[in-house]
Amino acid sequence: MAKGWSKTRAQVERAKERVIELAIAACGISAVVFVFAIIYFVFREAAPLLFGGLDIGQFLGSPEWYPDSVSNKRYGALALIAGTLSVTVLAMAIAVPFGLGAAIYVSEFSHGRTKEALKVVIELLAGVPSVVWGFIGLVVINPIIIDVFNTAVGLNVLNGAFLLGLMSVPIMVSIGEDALKAVPDTYREAAEAMGATKWQVTWRVLLPAARNGLLAAVLLGVGRAVGETMAVLMATGHAVHIPTSPLDSVRTMTATIAAELGETAKGSDHYRILFVLGALLFAITFVVNLVADVAIRGVRKR
Amino acid sequence: MTATKGITASRLNLWYTKFRALTGVDLEIRHGLVTGLIGPSGCGKTTLLRCFNRINERIAGVRTEGKVEILGEDIYAPSVDLVELRRRVGMVFQRPNPLPLSVRDNVLFALRTHRSGGSLSRSEGDLAVEASLREVGVWEALRDRLDRRATELSLEQQQKLCIARLLPLQPEILLMDEPCSALDPSATQRVEELIRKLRGRYTIVIVTHNMAQARRVSDECIFMLLGEVIEHRRTEDVFLAPQDERTANYIEGRFG
Ligand SMILES: Nc1ncnc2c1ncn2[C@@H]1O[C@H](COP(=O)(O)OP(=O)(O)O)[C@@H](O)[C@H]1O
Ligand SMILES: [Mg+2]
Repeated sequence: MAKGWSKTRAQVERAKERVIELAIAACGISAVVFVFAIIYFVFREAAPLLFGGLDIGQFLGSPEWYPDSVSNKRYGALALIAGTLSVTVLAMAIAVPFGLGAAIYVSEFSHGRTKEALKVVIELLAGVPSVVWGFIGLVVINPIIIDVFNTAVGLNVLNGAFLLGLMSVPIMVSIGEDALKAVPDTYREAAEAMGATKWQVTWRVLLPAARNGLLAAVLLGVGRAVGETMAVLMATGHAVHIPTSPLDSVRTMTATIAAELGETAKGSDHYRILFVLGALLFAITFVVNLVADVAIRGVRKR
Repeated sequence: MTATKGITASRLNLWYTKFRALTGVDLEIRHGLVTGLIGPSGCGKTTLLRCFNRINERIAGVRTEGKVEILGEDIYAPSVDLVELRRRVGMVFQRPNPLPLSVRDNVLFALRTHRSGGSLSRSEGDLAVEASLREVGVWEALRDRLDRRATELSLEQQQKLCIARLLPLQPEILLMDEPCSALDPSATQRVEELIRKLRGRYTIVIVTHNMAQARRVSDECIFMLLGEVIEHRRTEDVFLAPQDERTANYIEGRFG
């Protein structure tokens, strides 16, 4: 009798365990499902236009973005691509030295409390919502740029790049620090025993040794910058225009989607072209992240 | 200062935070000889060796007390230039630790480090690489592989490279911490030959847990126990007529 009872209990336990296992597996798989669902949805909305009548040459090669012109609709995304590109490149010019410099400082030159404090502050930076960054761009950086450069508006490539730069720093620092931490200490010791200063060790041993991980850090920063919407929407000035200077206003691909999608009729060409833009963005960030991932794997393998 | 004094230590104490790893070490290592440092595992051989180029200071919580002189110069004096100290005192580690760079860049690493400002010409570099690799006997094997990553070489070649990369700096002292412990017996034999070949031109201090090796390569031997120097005499005397009972017990293999 007692034996039979404990047997059913064991069975119940086992069944419970299976349920939990299945639930956890479902969570893991759902992430994959969501990603594919998003890809599917974006491409489904884009496809009728992408494969039915979109002039790809014009889309990629013309700066004329007149999606709601009554007589002559034109879907040239070059200015938007140039907007994204210019803001991202300038953001990286700001973020890479800062981000990698901070990663090097945190990993190699700071100790104890300073190190912990810095890491906490950088994590905090990562948690600032992007609308707050956009607000800072509008209210703080805008007047500074107007003052310093004597321009009419301060909402431009420089402003957006500055914000995106700051927004990409945290991920660069944390991935960059991991990459430097992964370099075996014996290398540092060997170099120091030959009389190298800490700076020489960093420059001539650690940076080459951690090259892949640092590249990944930069690329993840790029991915962050390319995909960012709200801050650049608020800070870059809304001008569909190929910039010729950092003080020109632009509009990025993300900002365009965010600003226009609400006004389009579902299923219209305008609606679909925004999804084509989205698909392009998706492809860009996918490639960037893929390269970053391969770079990180390269680090682990060694 | 007399020319025969390579390294002298007096009343040298070292703590790892609270743990005392060296206790009142007094010794005088003669210049130009090979001195073996023996003793059971954990007795402080590595710690003592690492006092001689001050690399212990990398470790947080290390406190050193006392005096160490190298060729008559107090290396713990505040005015000492660590970079110059480490040029004069080279170190070979227990695990071969070539940098993750090419063979060529490994040999030239130290040279470039000490040439801050003035750059090294290609031909000057080539000469230094060939001379150093020849000196340690790997030139023929590596001359066509100078651009290979040094970390891909055999352990024996790696360790020889780690010796070779010290030579362009013309050091006076070579510190070796169990340089053969990662190598197989035949590689060990060849590295020992190399050490004998370098004898006379450098003051060599070699830590070893291998009694036979200490007998083969060293002129003098220092026996340590629990952070103290117990005995320091000519190698044959240490092995044939140890004066301290603890030395005798150790070399006869009664503990260790
Ligand atoms: N970094 C360290 N921190 C704390 N204790 C250490 C450290 N390195 C060595 N020790 C201790 O110091 C003693 C001597 O170590 P070591 O010099 O490595 O001995 P040996 O080389 O003779 O085997 C050992 O008891 C060891 O545990
Ligand atoms: Mg040791």
